[in-house]
Amino acid sequence: MINFKTEFIGTWTLLKKELLRFWRVIFQTVAAPVITAVLYLLIFSHVLANHVKVYDNVEYAAFLIPGLIMMSLLQNAFANSSSSLIQSKVMGNIVFILLTPITYLQFFLAFLIASIVRGIFVGACIYLFALLYADLPMLHPWIIFGFAMIGGALLGTFGIIAGIWAHRFDQMAAFQNFVIMPLSFLSGVFYSIHSLPPFWQKVSQLNPFFYMIDGFRYGFFGQSDVAPLLSLSIVTFFFIVLASITLGMLKSGYKLRN
Amino acid sequence: MKKAIVFKNVKKNFGKLEALKGIDLTIEEGEFFGLLGPNGAGKSTLINILAGLAKPSSGSSKVMGYDVIQDYQYARRSLGIVPQELVFDPFFNVREMLQFQAGYFGKGRENDDWIDEVIEGLDLKDKANTNMRMLSGGMKRRALIAQALVHKPPVIVLDEPTAGVDVELRKRLWQFIKKLNQKGHTIVLTTHYLEEAETLCSRIAMMDQGKVVALDKTKNLLKRFSAKNLNLRLDLKGKKIPVSIKNLMQNLDHHSISFLIEEIVEVEFIIGELKKSKIKILDMDLTNSDLEIVFLKLTGSKK
Repeated sequence: MINFKTEFIGTWTLLKKELLRFWRVIFQTVAAPVITAVLYLLIFSHVLANHVKVYDNVEYAAFLIPGLIMMSLLQNAFANSSSSLIQSKVMGNIVFILLTPITYLQFFLAFLIASIVRGIFVGACIYLFALLYADLPMLHPWIIFGFAMIGGALLGTFGIIAGIWAHRFDQMAAFQNFVIMPLSFLSGVFYSIHSLPPFWQKVSQLNPFFYMIDGFRYGFFGQSDVAPLLSLSIVTFFFIVLASITLGMLKSGYKLRN
Repeated sequence: MKKAIVFKNVKKNFGKLEALKGIDLTIEEGEFFGLLGPNGAGKSTLINILAGLAKPSSGSSKVMGYDVIQDYQYARRSLGIVPQELVFDPFFNVREMLQFQAGYFGKGRENDDWIDEVIEGLDLKDKANTNMRMLSGGMKRRALIAQALVHKPPVIVLDEPTAGVDVELRKRLWQFIKKLNQKGHTIVLTTHYLEEAETLCSRIAMMDQGKVVALDKTKNLLKRFSAKNLNLRLDLKGKKIPVSIKNLMQNLDHHSISFLIEEIVEVEFIIGELKKSKIKILDMDLTNSDLEIVFLKLTGSKK
C-alpha cells in the first residue's frame, strides 16, 4: 500500500541521500566556500575599512559579514541541487529515482530541503569564523532565519531548474559564472546601493539577490536600504514563481523522462 | 491468471521516426518471457515506456493491472528494472545504494533482511561495503540486478543483462533469476543472444522495426520454422557454385558455405548438384534450426 508513511519514508530517504552526498565531500562543499568567504572578509575589510562608510554606527567589517554569509548561502544552495542533478544525469544514476514511486512533489521537497540545509550550514560556519573577527549584533534573529530559509529555498529551486535543463557540465558552469556570480556580486554585498549612481541603483533593484542580502542584513543591524517586509515579499514572490516552474517541469517529466 | 504486463496499441514517435508502430502484447503472471530483436527494433523504447522513463505517443501499458501513467506509483512498485547501461552512484557503497533504493519505495529497516538475502543470492556479500565506483563490471551488473529487486517486485525486466558479462557469471545470474521465476516472479528478458532466450524463455516475442513480428511459445516458434542448417566445406579450386543451388545459400566465406534446408531432400539435391559440377566436399554438418534462423526468416534479412 502507498500511504503517508511510505511517502514520508521515500522523501526522507531521498533527502538523506542528498545530504550524505555533500557530506561525503565536505571539504569541497563546505570547507572551500567557508575559506573563500573568510578570505573576502579579511582582505576587503582591511582594504576598504577607511573608504566605505555605510551606516553611521556600523563598522565596515561588520557590515560586510552578513552580505558574505548570505552570498555564500545562496551560492551553495544553488550548487547543491544543480550539481547533484547534473552529476546524476551525466552518470545515468538518475534512473534509480525515476524508476520509483517518488512523486514530483517528493522529488522537489527532498532536493529543496537538502539545498537549504547546505546553504545554511555553510552560512553558519562563516558566521562562527566572523565572530572571531568583528563584533556583530543580532537584533532580529527570526528575520535572519526567515531570509536564510527563503533565500536558500529560492536558490535551491533555481538549482533544480538549472540541473534539469543542463545536460553537460560546461552548460552548468556557464549558468554559475554568467548568472549566479554576477547577480550575487552586484547585489550590495560589498556596498550599500545608496552609494551608487541613480541608474545603477535602479538596476540593482531588479536583482532579487539585493533584497535577500538587504533583508538578511536588517536582521543583524536593524537598518537596511529597503523595508524588510517589502524585501521578504519580493523574495517570496520570486520563490513562488520559480517553484511553480520547477514543479511544472518535474510533473511533465521535462528532460528527465524522455 | 492475472496479467503481469499488458501493452495496448502502444505507439511512440521521435519526430518523424516511428519507433513503435502499435504494440499489442500480453505477458501472463509467472512467465519467463523473451523480448527479442535487433538493435533499433524498439525493445528498449517499449521497456522505457513500461518503466515511466518515456511517454508513449499513444496507447496504454499496464503492470499487474496498474496503468503506468494513471497509477504510476503502484505500477512502479510492481516493477523491477535492470537497466542496460552500467549506471551507478559513485558516492555510496552497495549496501547503502540498496537501502536508499528500498527507501524510495517506502520500505524502512524492516526490509533489511531481504536486502541481505539479495546480496547473498547475487554473491555480493564480500563487496557489500565497497564503494560502487570500485566494483568490476560484472559486480556492478550484479548490484544493478540487486537494485531492481529491493522492493520485491512481482515483475522483473532485465534489459540486456548479460551484455559484456563473462560466461561463469552469466550462468550464475541465470540460476538466480530462474529461482526467482520459480518463486512466482514474472521475468521479462530482452536480449540479442538468441541462445539465452531459447534455453530460458517459455514464450518469445520478436520485434523488428517497431512491430511485433512473431509471438509464440519458444518450442512452437522453433517448430514452425523447423529449418536445418547445412554447413559445407568445399574444395572450390576456381570452380563456381552451380546457379541451381544459389538461392538456398545463406552464407559464403572463402572455405565454408551454409544452406538453409526446409526439407531433407534438399540435402540430396545440393550434394547432387555439387557432384555434377565436380566440386569436392571436404566436410559437412547439419544443425537444427535455432532462433537465429527463425529470426532471419521473420525479418527477411540475410546475414
